[in-house]
Amino acid sequence: FLGAGGGNDIQWCFSQVKGAVDDDVAEADIISTVEFNHSGELLATGDKGGRVVIFQQEQENKTQSHSRGEYNVYSTFQSHEPEFDYLKSLEIEEKINKIRWLPQKNAAQFLLSTNDKTIKLWKISERDKRPEGYNLKEEDGRYRDPTTVTTLRVPVFRPMDLMVEASPRRIFANAHTYHINSISINSDYETYLSADDLRINLWHLEITDRSFNIVDIKPANMEELTEVITAAEFHPNSCSTFVYSSSKGTIRLCDMRASALCDRHSKLFEEPEDPSNRSFFSEIISSISDVKFSHSGRYMMTRDYLSVKIWDLNMENRPVETYQVHEYLRSKLCSLYENDCIFDKFECCWNGSDRQVEFSSLCTSDLSSIVMTGSYNNFFRMFDRNTKRDITLEASRENNKPRTVLKPRKVCASGKRKKDEISVDSLDFNKKILHTAWHPKENIIAVATTNNLYIFQDKMN
Amino acid sequence: MFVRGLKRKCFDGEEDIEGTLAGIKAIPSYNLQRQSLLDMSLVKLQLCHMLVEPNLCRSVLIANTVRQIQEEMTQDGTWQMINTQSTGQASLDRLVSTDILCRSSRDQAEGKHVPAYGTYNKDFESDQAQDSSETMSTASSVQAPRNLQSNVWEMENPQENKGNFQKSLDQIFETLENKSPNSVEDLFSEVDNSYYDLDTMLTGMMSSTKMGHCDSLETFSSPTNTASNSNCKSDLNDLDHIVEILVES
Repeated sequence: FLGAGGGNDIQWCFSQVKGAVDDDVAEADIISTVEFNHSGELLATGDKGGRVVIFQQEQENKTQSHSRGEYNVYSTFQSHEPEFDYLKSLEIEEKINKIRWLPQKNAAQFLLSTNDKTIKLWKISERDKRPEGYNLKEEDGRYRDPTTVTTLRVPVFRPMDLMVEASPRRIFANAHTYHINSISINSDYETYLSADDLRINLWHLEITDRSFNIVDIKPANMEELTEVITAAEFHPNSCSTFVYSSSKGTIRLCDMRASALCDRHSKLFEEPEDPSNRSFFSEIISSISDVKFSHSGRYMMTRDYLSVKIWDLNMENRPVETYQVHEYLRSKLCSLYENDCIFDKFECCWNGSDRQVEFSSLCTSDLSSIVMTGSYNNFFRMFDRNTKRDITLEASRENNKPRTVLKPRKVCASGKRKKDEISVDSLDFNKKILHTAWHPKENIIAVATTNNLYIFQDKMN
Repeated sequence: MFVRGLKRKCFDGEEDIEGTLAGIKAIPSYNLQRQSLLDMSLVKLQLCHMLVEPNLCRSVLIANTVRQIQEEMTQDGTWQMINTQSTGQASLDRLVSTDILCRSSRDQAEGKHVPAYGTYNKDFESDQAQDSSETMSTASSVQAPRNLQSNVWEMENPQENKGNFQKSLDQIFETLENKSPNSVEDLFSEVDNSYYDLDTMLTGMMSSTKMGHCDSLETFSSPTNTASNSNCKSDLNDLDHIVEILVES
């Protein structure tokens, strides 16, 4: 695995941790999504209680060159409330499934947040001045008796303490029968897609009363249902191209120019099954939990239960790279099925975009390309695609000292456990890292444990 | 743990089995483990969060697993094997092989569903003489919660699937009527065949009362608990009682 020092290897250090300290986790505090905005200045989290918390990076202090700005709470708001579907007699969870930022166009910031059924566009704006000196109103807001007004003045703006306001600007509702698992903003920045288990809809950001259905895999007879949509994403550059992944381990690439309903894929990405690894759990562990395009759009990454795969969009029959996240779990699949852990949906992410400019295939790029994903026991893994080295790190309050390099972890699959290794049977399967995010420009990562958000950055010299 | 690889590997004596003796021993063990996986899967399909719509992806994956097992068991003809096994010891082996990795805090998080599931497991382990009773327990356990949990797939068009009572996956429960020779099956002959239809259950056609499903499951559980290790006759009385509850609900 990645050793400390040497070449371009990143040395990760603890920076901050957010969230409650006690082990007793309130259900509402469980983090369900993490996302940096396009500049990396803002970091948003969504939780099971329907709240969004946005952290803002402090402006870098020129004198403190050895660390980057800290992230502090910028805004907190209740994005979604629990609802009750009277027709089905079921609750609709307020849990935030995904947050996606829009690129910044003016002073305000915009993001999309979604629960199982409804997507909302939020505007987050700052207010640092307020008008004072009204003629008809006192400073406290009470109205003055007009007869007491003897002179007129022009109200002026005076500075005030910074207030960050979040207001819902659009509510995109009633378009999904099944649970929304993904939202993705198109590269045209005007439209976006939302995907549930069986359908994908295309929306215009300005229009809330209708959406276009672009994928529908619901069978005429629900008894024939054997496959669902698990994730979907627009291509980063081509505004008519998107992909969606399925519970059978396939990825379909669709072109919206081909037809209104993209029932027929343009490309189907699927790796043939390895017969020597076949078991009753083969299908379940092949189910893709996340799909992410590389920043160039030439590759895409998928996460299934045990591995991360990198696909070249030009090659459909197998991935170009496969990285094992926790292969030692393969012999434990029955237990993981029993306790439902086998259904955990891990996400994955690429490192920041500036480092992935791809030249022609003749020119070797020594710009770094690293992918990251979570595991159990609060471990998370990174795979360097160039050096082919990988590292396992832990998000734990025990590594609390800033600028101390994190110690790599190792799981002992079988046989004699070396010192500092942890055996598979000692892993805590309640401590899972499902959500991770990488700053778009710098080596700063946000890693969510159950109810805490860890921020790590590389060691600066 | 599971013997990895396809069932026919065992029969073919291929490389996975070290030595003939181990191969022979592996065969019933594989069947038992497969049966326990089937039981576990059926329970999982029922024990969904009732207040919130269940996770469709999870349900689909579990149902596909059930289908896989059922197909393989049908191909092997192992349904007959299970019915002719007469020892209760087999049932004890069935669920012991799975090791549980999660701590108990996980169980607490599951809320009241897990005690029901836990009770259910124990019922199997302490279950009585006949395996046929067990498979019928499987069937009736499918019935009990299914009456109350109707939303595994969807609720939007309950009417559209009403015609499909005789669909596939009947085979799981079919043997109960056709192959088991004892009088317990008479109890079930009065029950609508559609109860055995896994697809029916999955499409949520049955009644829509949802609250108190756990009560029903526990009601089901307790008779079998008290009947542990007793003879078949008292089992019949218990099952009688259970069917009464189910038919009335």
